[in-house]
Amino acid sequence: MRQLSTELITAEVARLCIEANYNLGGDVIEALRKAVEQEESPLGKEILQQLLQNAEIARREKIPICQDTGFVDIFLEIGQELKIVGGDLTEAINEGVRKGYNEGYLRKSIVSDPLGRINTGDNTPAVIHTEIVPGDRLKVSVLPKGAGSENMSGLAMLRPADGVEGIKRFILDSVEKAGGNPCPPLIVGVGLGGTAEKTLYLAKKSLLRPLGSPHPDSKISQLERELLEEINATGIGPLGLGGRVTALAVHIESYACHIASLPVAVNLQCHAARYKEAIL
Amino acid sequence: MSELKKITTPLSDRDVSLLRSGDRLLLSGVVYTARDAAHRRLVEALQKGDPLPFELPGQVIYYTGPSPARPGRPIGSGGPTTSYRMDPYTPPLLARGLKGTIGKGARSPQVRKALREYRAVYFAATGGVGALLSQRIVESEIIAYEDLGPEAIRKLLARDFPVVVANDIYGNDLYEQGREKYRKRIG
Repeated sequence: MRQLSTELITAEVARLCIEANYNLGGDVIEALRKAVEQEESPLGKEILQQLLQNAEIARREKIPICQDTGFVDIFLEIGQELKIVGGDLTEAINEGVRKGYNEGYLRKSIVSDPLGRINTGDNTPAVIHTEIVPGDRLKVSVLPKGAGSENMSGLAMLRPADGVEGIKRFILDSVEKAGGNPCPPLIVGVGLGGTAEKTLYLAKKSLLRPLGSPHPDSKISQLERELLEEINATGIGPLGLGGRVTALAVHIESYACHIASLPVAVNLQCHAARYKEAIL
Repeated sequence: MSELKKITTPLSDRDVSLLRSGDRLLLSGVVYTARDAAHRRLVEALQKGDPLPFELPGQVIYYTGPSPARPGRPIGSGGPTTSYRMDPYTPPLLARGLKGTIGKGARSPQVRKALREYRAVYFAATGGVGALLSQRIVESEIIAYEDLGPEAIRKLLARDFPVVVANDIYGNDLYEQGREKYRKRIG
């Protein structure tokens, strides 16, 4: 059985945390460049140009793209033929976060409990999701998620009778209510189907897709296109100050659902869409 | 689009009376950082009649919690945080002479009313460009609540810090007006 040491996992998590916070992905930069061309509002255009300049400064100066370096969401795909050795996997991941956030001059934004609210001082713990998959590899995806966009998440347990119209209405209402708060232009993550917690998970997980890559199912990719058009007709625009580009993409992930249910969840991703992955 | 104007803190009644929603400004001078936890303490201090860590009249609060500075730098990444979380705390500060706040996202009806009533403005800075904005902050010093870590109150010296007037003292709101202007009717 292939073995993988927790020491290596710690080092990779630390590296990915730093990389994600300094280097905006090429797919996001490309989408922002296109957005500059599409935007009709002069102020909106100027803001989009600032986003590109900012990404360049962050990369060059090794300084976080955004001061909110986020809650670290970690997605693990663990091959069922892989044996992880050398200690506790959860602790190895948290140690990676601790190391990355200290060595990378990243902000520590986590409080130990929601009521006492004392900062843990090292940005741990991470939120860790695991899936067991075939094979003998470990895929680690790191998504540092800022609170400005995360706070605008939502869940609706619709009736099957509400259909596509109900789904669209809920997503558009979520984006309209959020306005400038989640730092548009957004990637709108949507979960459809499953149970309440599954659909929220899917909405978040959809953000791991390369920006703008359409869903393989044509019914769903059509819904993604229609929603993107309707979201960009709201006028919210870059940072909510008015304009044509409110979202860069809509990503939908779906799952089977109960005969009585039509769950839909929204997880908004700000323009500083920070995401890195590695396969070990 | 309006020409860039320069403005220096502290702000007088006359300074704010000349500002209109949509004005693009380069702001220089002292601004104080405060976000969620620091606001809670400021307003508790006001309620108890305790002195505040800085005098409010004419001052500007910047809603930010910067990332740690690298050695030799005044500050790390330092963009605005979302303002609505500070809405419940804002009117009492405006009532005591605070003249401006810098953040991102729209304000509550209560804050918009208080901005008119106490003649103060709300500036929008671009969210998510903390690396770029950090270059416009030349000095930074923690002056209170150091135990709050990134939420401590810092006295910053800004130089040509880019903001847009979102809410002026006349009741205009760029978040509302901007969205209305570019809204399209579909179908």
